[in-house]
Amino acid sequence: MILALTLMPLAAAAIVWFMKPGLHRARVLPVAGVLHLALVLLALTRSFQPQPDAWLRLDPLGGWMLLVVSTIFTLCSLYAPAYLALRMERNFGVFGVSMLGFLGMASLVATSRHPGVLWVGMETTALATTPLLYYNKNKRSLEATWKYLLICSVGMALALLGTFFVAYAAQQGGLGEPIYIDRLVANARAMPVPWLKAGFVLLLVGYGTKMGLAPMHTWKPDAYGETPGIVGTILAGGVTTMAFLSLLRFFSIMAAAGLAGFCRELLVAMGLVSMAWAFVFMIRQGDLRRLLAYSSVEHMGILAFGVGIGGKATLFALFHVAANALVKSVLFLGSGNIVRSFSSKSLADVSGAMRRLPVSGWCFLLGFLAIVGSPPFAPFTSIFGIASTALGGGHLLAGSLFLALLAAIFTAMGSVILPVLQGNPNPPSVRTHYEDTFGLTFPLVLALALALILGTWLPGPLHSLLTKAALLVEGQA
Amino acid sequence: MTPNLLLAAIMLINFMLVASSRVSKCIQLAALQGGLLAMVLLLMHDHWPFHVLLMAFSTAAIKGVVIPAMLNRAQDRMKPQREPEPYVGYTLTLVMAAAGTGMAFILARRLPLQPGNLGTLFVPASIMALFTGFLLLTTRKRALLQVVGYLVLENGVYLFSLLLVKQMPLLVETGVLLDLVVGIFVMGIVINHIQTAFDSQDTHRLAHLKD
Repeated sequence: MILALTLMPLAAAAIVWFMKPGLHRARVLPVAGVLHLALVLLALTRSFQPQPDAWLRLDPLGGWMLLVVSTIFTLCSLYAPAYLALRMERNFGVFGVSMLGFLGMASLVATSRHPGVLWVGMETTALATTPLLYYNKNKRSLEATWKYLLICSVGMALALLGTFFVAYAAQQGGLGEPIYIDRLVANARAMPVPWLKAGFVLLLVGYGTKMGLAPMHTWKPDAYGETPGIVGTILAGGVTTMAFLSLLRFFSIMAAAGLAGFCRELLVAMGLVSMAWAFVFMIRQGDLRRLLAYSSVEHMGILAFGVGIGGKATLFALFHVAANALVKSVLFLGSGNIVRSFSSKSLADVSGAMRRLPVSGWCFLLGFLAIVGSPPFAPFTSIFGIASTALGGGHLLAGSLFLALLAAIFTAMGSVILPVLQGNPNPPSVRTHYEDTFGLTFPLVLALALALILGTWLPGPLHSLLTKAALLVEGQA
Repeated sequence: MTPNLLLAAIMLINFMLVASSRVSKCIQLAALQGGLLAMVLLLMHDHWPFHVLLMAFSTAAIKGVVIPAMLNRAQDRMKPQREPEPYVGYTLTLVMAAAGTGMAFILARRLPLQPGNLGTLFVPASIMALFTGFLLLTTRKRALLQVVGYLVLENGVYLFSLLLVKQMPLLVETGVLLDLVVGIFVMGIVINHIQTAFDSQDTHRLAHLKD
């Protein structure tokens, strides 16, 4: 059952590979996406029984993250057939196999109990998404691919060393093979502190590179800037989510070892640096996709900050994973539609998008308002929750910095984005044949609606899932 | 016999890598380093159970033969061209590598080893290889040399993992090695595209994307 979460997408990838070339290959994606989401929901309705010998199992934390990624993937897969129909010159085989390969590996990461298997899954997601980055096949996307490949590979090597450090600590603590994460948490007190600390620093840098925390985020603007919006969604909502999950797995070991304070300081610092860095590069940003990339850096910072504050904020950070991923899919897919209509992603050439593309334009505007934390969308709930926990818990300086940066980012991002959406299209701007169609807009509306619902009402089962996941992050239960 | 002699040889190779300007020589050195890693693994054990033999064999095959062969093939397909000057000169990188080695020893002293591994050079050698790989990655312009840097970095990680042979299951070790091969294979493909698109392997030309 748990293994099916990984194997089903891989089987679908094999089917796509052996199908005859043509658009029907793209239609496998929505079927596989919906099926995977159903499997995840089914697995979550079962109780989380500990199985001492199983290498794979779904616990509340992995389950929550996989639910988010599976939802994002399904939204993208619903968008994919209409999108690929616009690009008949491309080979859909590589696209489909890479997308489904990513989903399979994300499931492996979410369900793996062993830190080594976790690493192998993460590294394979990086390799599976590389062909997606080179999808546009031009010099600029080549440069982005090379940077992504090299920087993320180095990050993953550091994460591997960090994993080994923790394993060596376990060996010294007298813990035998196999070192499942839950066993590491249970025996964390006996492990030598220097190895754990050094390991966590390496893991923070390593998986932080993959998440895109500043200053290891340098691949991100290039990668998001040069790929189609649909790939940007998968990277910003999927790959980063899994990297965050990997980091949290190790954070729970550190918390159980009594090193939570040390780790939290690092996370808060890293989070604030990421937000500040994103703010600086958002001012007068001239490229729509790079702007979204820096917004992603900012929100990874918010996640790190939330876990760094701890307590209630951990729960809000986990909720923010879903809020950010949903709204980011609206923004990336919407930006794809806008860029296609104006045949440029340089902001100097794009204006009056709401008049030309009413549905995409409106979704993009609402998505922008949501991502900067306006009520009643989901990001407001989590950002407000994190800020109030920080200020209420005595983190006055950190909490005020957090709020100040959010306000600064709101103005910086707004001053860049609003001229794009409002007014009339500039006379010299290119007008392609692209028009909003149902297939290219309903996934955006769906994602926005989900963000709205989560912002106003969190269903009971999801709330209990989140509560259990937050306890796991803190090294309890 | 302790593996210290081999570990010292591995550290020496790092210096030679940093000082060398020829790509083919760097690939040879990295292959030699991979082979030495397998020997260290064998030296650490008095008797060789099946999984140790298997790991030593696959390490020597992958790091000593398969990956260097892949890199050599990529190198042969390149048009002969002058080596672009590195971002940082050879002498300076050598000095930086020496400083890094000192740092590695200082850092290693703060991390207590298990009684069985006391007095070995595993941790400093591992950190130093990591640092050397990082140096090659950041100071060289040739894409292939950057891949060699990544390989050396991975060798450093591998060196440390030798302290864990009993802890990390074979399945995980295999996965790690496999990911390394696939990763370098993908890098090779991208280098090929770079060569076709830019008519050069000089990553200095990959500088269009800026803020």
